[in-house]
Amino acid sequence: MSNEKDIAKSIRRAALKKNWRLFRRSKLGMIGLYIVIFFFFLSILQPILFVTGVWNKGVYDPVVGYSEQFQEFLVVECPTEYPTEKYKNRSDCPGRTEVNVRTLYYSDAEVGDYIIQNLQPAPPSSEHILGTDSLGRDVFSQIMEGSQVAFVLGLLSATLGVGISTILGTIAAFFGGKIDAYLMRQSDLILMLPTLPLLFIISAFAELQVWHLAVVLGTIGGLGGSVITIKSQALQVKVKPFVDSARITGGSQMNILFSHVLPNVAPLALLFMVFSVTGAIASESVLSFLGLLNIDMSWGLMIYLAQVEGFIFSGMKFWWLILPAGLSVTFLTGGFYLVGRGLDEVFNPRLRDR
Amino acid sequence: MENTLIEVKNLEKYFEVSSGLFSRNKAIVKAVDGISFNIPFGSSLGLVGQSGCGKTTTARALSLLDPKTGGDINFYNTETSSMQSIDELEGEELKKFRRNIQMIFQDPYESLNPRWNIKDIILEPLNIHNIGDLKDREEAVYEILKTVGLTPPENYMPRYPHELSGGQRQRVSIARTLIMKPKFVVCDEPTSMLDVSIRISIMDLMLNLAKDLEVSYLYITHDLAVARYMCDRIAVMFNGKIVEIAETEDLLNNPIHPYTKRLISSIPIPDPSHKRETYEVNFQELDSLIADNPNSGEMIEVSSNHFVATHDVKGIL
Ligand SMILES: Nc1ncnc2c1ncn2[C@@H]1O[C@H](COP(=O)(O)OP(=O)(O)OP(=O)(O)O)[C@@H](O)[C@H]1O
Ligand SMILES: [Mg+2]
Repeated sequence: MSNEKDIAKSIRRAALKKNWRLFRRSKLGMIGLYIVIFFFFLSILQPILFVTGVWNKGVYDPVVGYSEQFQEFLVVECPTEYPTEKYKNRSDCPGRTEVNVRTLYYSDAEVGDYIIQNLQPAPPSSEHILGTDSLGRDVFSQIMEGSQVAFVLGLLSATLGVGISTILGTIAAFFGGKIDAYLMRQSDLILMLPTLPLLFIISAFAELQVWHLAVVLGTIGGLGGSVITIKSQALQVKVKPFVDSARITGGSQMNILFSHVLPNVAPLALLFMVFSVTGAIASESVLSFLGLLNIDMSWGLMIYLAQVEGFIFSGMKFWWLILPAGLSVTFLTGGFYLVGRGLDEVFNPRLRDR
Repeated sequence: MENTLIEVKNLEKYFEVSSGLFSRNKAIVKAVDGISFNIPFGSSLGLVGQSGCGKTTTARALSLLDPKTGGDINFYNTETSSMQSIDELEGEELKKFRRNIQMIFQDPYESLNPRWNIKDIILEPLNIHNIGDLKDREEAVYEILKTVGLTPPENYMPRYPHELSGGQRQRVSIARTLIMKPKFVVCDEPTSMLDVSIRISIMDLMLNLAKDLEVSYLYITHDLAVARYMCDRIAVMFNGKIVEIAETEDLLNNPIHPYTKRLISSIPIPDPSHKRETYEVNFQELDSLIADNPNSGEMIEVSSNHFVATHDVKGIL
């Protein structure tokens, strides 16, 4: 028996090797893969830093950490009319190391004095390479936490969705008739549902947590259009002569389903999975940004906080509150999308140059 | 002594097709409309006819792939030494019986699972029927690859179908078919998609294997020349019915049915100076034959083992 397993393993390894060779030829796919690997590395780096004690939890925790950032400030009085010699326009005053005397309610400092004050949000420094937010929390640590959330949510919902649609699509193709008709109508119905507005409504009634979101997104994705696509692929495979050949030899329905139809549908399912990761991460960001998700930390939430605290409107002055999170969402979804494109070239015989 | 291996009586296969997108009326296509023939052990029957006459449908019914609409298929049961109807078979018995029948398909690009390697493809029948242990199975694959001329076998076993040429793939199909040592193999135009230069080698291989393994073929083709090369007897099919069936040379030299005559006259002759006389369909011979044998039923035996159909084809030929 072990021999049989070894052989199967070596066969699988050879097939993987070949596909990997094809994938590597796709430049976009490789770029995507590097991006995804980079973010994956980020998300596992954070717990490592905590466990090894490089980072102190009290300071660097993305949610409850706090970092004191005392600094010397020059007390100035902001003019009422711009431009002046020193400031070009209103947002230049007070400067980064200055404080407006009119906002110093509890101090009797005067213009021209230096005072020591807590600086939040603090710009990037050697201690906090992406600075801190207005509550003194490390932004880099938050980015790492957001990366974990993105991976967990994306992969969970994609796996669930693709699992559902592969099983249902193959069943619809294989058994046809009433089952098929029912599943197709259901897909049509789900396809018509606008996902985001639906999520808004759900979040109005129930507190949405990340894994709730994963289940909802996975189920909607799994019951929707992908069932139809997987079914059409399974239908094509079902009538291939090699399936007939297995039937003639006496292969059972289950045998044919699992050893002939599923393996030939799987690549398409994998493709769907990669693309639906993209959708899930994007949906999470939108929901968090709108403050509709009960979540401790995520990229969307970081942008949300920057926005409600007004930092989003001060140009690039507080760029570390917005750019890292925004770029992370863009790059990781883009990365998964590119991986999908690369896989498409591996599995899609039309695109594959032989 | 000539034992009958397979006996087909009045085989019918009808398809229901809806006549329009919104119409509830169903039209019936009589793809195979009552055909009968016998195939003796180790003998091969060619089934020729134009496109759409029902050859593939016959093949699929005989290989028990699609259920037939009517008629009987009887198979020689070696255990009881008698003919047995395939309708009597069910479950495990049917599965066991399936070892005896295999089919080779026309398209070598579609008849092998692209995600499996050659070894697994050929192993599949042995795995389905759980024959021997793993070592026996692998040895059997090795041997059969040698037999079909894919040597050295270890070079071919780990490869995938797309890494082989069309001719090599068809050899793999043949190997897969023959590894169960079937008695009856249905071949649906197995060489028509191959390059002319390798057709002969595949046909020779099949002929040699038939002799060595005592296999009978039902060999389907458009091409009378191929049928002549491969088969002991030929059945000419037209519009779902067999119009004439005889020993190969007898049929080619003394065709009686006008459809057979037309088919034979259309065999290309590789000689540019040869002037083709177009055959004028002529019912005289058939009509007088029918007049001479008023009570003969559907088929008239004109000479030993040479049968001609009597049904009316005047409007459709
Ligand atoms: N599944 C089906 N449903 C409806 N009609 C069918 C079906 N399969 C075959 N037919 C019809 O039955 C007839 C015979 O088809 P068949 O495939 O047996 O022809 P053939 O002799 O094999 O032709 P070819 O030489 O082109 O392969 C055709 O008219 C075809 O349209
Ligand atoms: Mg055909």
